[in-house]
Amino acid sequence: MSTEPILSVKNLVKSFVNGQTETLVLRDIDLSIMAGEMTVLLGPSGSGKSTLLNILGTLMRASGGTHEMLGVNLLAASDARRTEFRSRHIGFVFQFHHLLPDLSALENVMMPAASAAGRETSAMRKRAADLLDAVGLSDRRDYRPGAMSGGQRQRVAVARSLINDPELVLADEPTGNLDRESANQVMELIRSFNRANATSFLISTHDESIAAQCARRIELLDGRVVRS
Amino acid sequence: MAPYAAKLAIRHLGSHPGQTALLITGVALGVGVFIFMSALIGGLATLLTQRTVGSIPHVVLEMPDRDPSLLLSRPTAQVVIQKDLSRRDQITVWQPLVSVAEATPGVTAVSPQIRGAAYLERGQAFAPVGIIGVQPGKLSAIANIEAAIVDGSSNLPADGILIGSTLAQDLGLRVGQVVRLISERDRARSFRIGGIFTLGIASADRQTVYMNFPTARALFDLPTGISRIEIKVTPVTDAADIAARLHRSTGLKATPWTEENGQLFEGLDAQARTGLIIKAFSLVTIVVGIASAMLLSIMRRQSEIGIMRAMGARKNLVVTVFVLEGTLIGLVGAIVGASGAWIALAPFPPVSEIASGALPIDREQGEYLLAASLTTLAAALASIIPALRAARIDPVEAIGS
Repeated sequence: MSTEPILSVKNLVKSFVNGQTETLVLRDIDLSIMAGEMTVLLGPSGSGKSTLLNILGTLMRASGGTHEMLGVNLLAASDARRTEFRSRHIGFVFQFHHLLPDLSALENVMMPAASAAGRETSAMRKRAADLLDAVGLSDRRDYRPGAMSGGQRQRVAVARSLINDPELVLADEPTGNLDRESANQVMELIRSFNRANATSFLISTHDESIAAQCARRIELLDGRVVRS
Repeated sequence: MAPYAAKLAIRHLGSHPGQTALLITGVALGVGVFIFMSALIGGLATLLTQRTVGSIPHVVLEMPDRDPSLLLSRPTAQVVIQKDLSRRDQITVWQPLVSVAEATPGVTAVSPQIRGAAYLERGQAFAPVGIIGVQPGKLSAIANIEAAIVDGSSNLPADGILIGSTLAQDLGLRVGQVVRLISERDRARSFRIGGIFTLGIASADRQTVYMNFPTARALFDLPTGISRIEIKVTPVTDAADIAARLHRSTGLKATPWTEENGQLFEGLDAQARTGLIIKAFSLVTIVVGIASAMLLSIMRRQSEIGIMRAMGARKNLVVTVFVLEGTLIGLVGAIVGASGAWIALAPFPPVSEIASGALPIDREQGEYLLAASLTTLAAALASIIPALRAARIDPVEAIGS
């Protein structure tokens, strides 16, 4: 594993303003993610885990502090730049699979790359087929999400998160909707991709058994990092 | 951007065939209304124009009016030369003018005529009539008298006349009977009724009498000149321009048919405006329908849009997908509607052949291409605002919902 940090935030703050009321959700967050690191983000509901993942994934902008990834100041970057950066360097896995219902498994895996390029290419198709093969769903490539089980859909979602060979994959409760067997399969996939490609994973979860499979723990409480 | 956006748009429409078919049907109905109204309003205008101008001259050449001319004008008195009533209004050297008229572009028929008023007598019955003396072969140059003959024949020997059916009915006249005509020049002569015609124009059927040129000359004591030159043109809408050209080239007063039929034009204009309003409403219906459907679709697909944006899809891609969806619905609906209207209007006969009381629908005036183009454009425009709204969806909120 490399010791180079690919992502770092310092004194990161996030607040939401509702009328006259300002709610501080994240306070003075300092953390860095190393290349190839497998990290779990723990904390009770309302501790700010999802908000932190949204900020690190450039889906949401921090209210203060610094936010850099691969040398790019993402806090100051324009929306268009952040969108482009996200499509190239960050993958997502959500608690719900969020596959597009009108596309096949293969097309869903290709979607992030095709959306960025504006077209599907044979290289994307091959890469998507390889990823589906890696998650054990090569025989389901032409199935639409509605015709697959919950575990299969989430495995497609994991494959989708890796189509652009991102340096970092953010997984928000990726096994939260799955039974134990499916959850173990998904975690096994994540660990194997982490080992094979040195892709960094930051996984948010409540599940201690999932957390136990990660090399590093970050714990949040009331918007603060209490253990890193 | 476009190939992938097109794929997503087509895939979505294809994945929801019921909803897509419903939208396309709605657009097709709007297009159908547009085309039906165009065909009806156009057909009605054609019918009225044909009925009005079919049997009348499109341009009439006559001697210019000899109005009183002003010699002197003072605050207290004006000196004028009175209108010259010592000479008859006639075109004396008319053959070269007929040649000039025949050579004028747009002119399809030229008929020099001798006209005058007369009384028709049969026993104790009599009626005022208008006489038209026509050259051989020119009987049907202006009104198709030969086709309008309902009894007898259209031949015009020196002692023969043709009369309208209403006149014949009023005086109880039949073909072969002899009547007496007394002209405004106080010349009287007997004629045999050779044929009876029905033009469908009340004044002509009640008052017009046709006879040949030499007979009319004798009856009206007009040895050389003629009364007027009647002209047919095509298209009839160019009559005013052609009249102006004929006035310049002949020096005669040239009156186009449009000058005498202003009310018809007002009626046609009002009809056309009504048609435009109905067509505009059908377009508005299409716009509102598509915009509503797109907005509903966007609300239902918020999380899909959010996930695409989260995965790095640019706003342009989202906008393009939704505009393409709307445009495709409009395009397919326009093609289906235009094709359906073309087929549905097929049983309607051409306006020139319709029976009395039937709808005068002219399938050729359906404005199919215009309807299809405007509908597709309207559908694309209707999609823009929903598409922009889709592109503004916050991925975090959409995924969370």
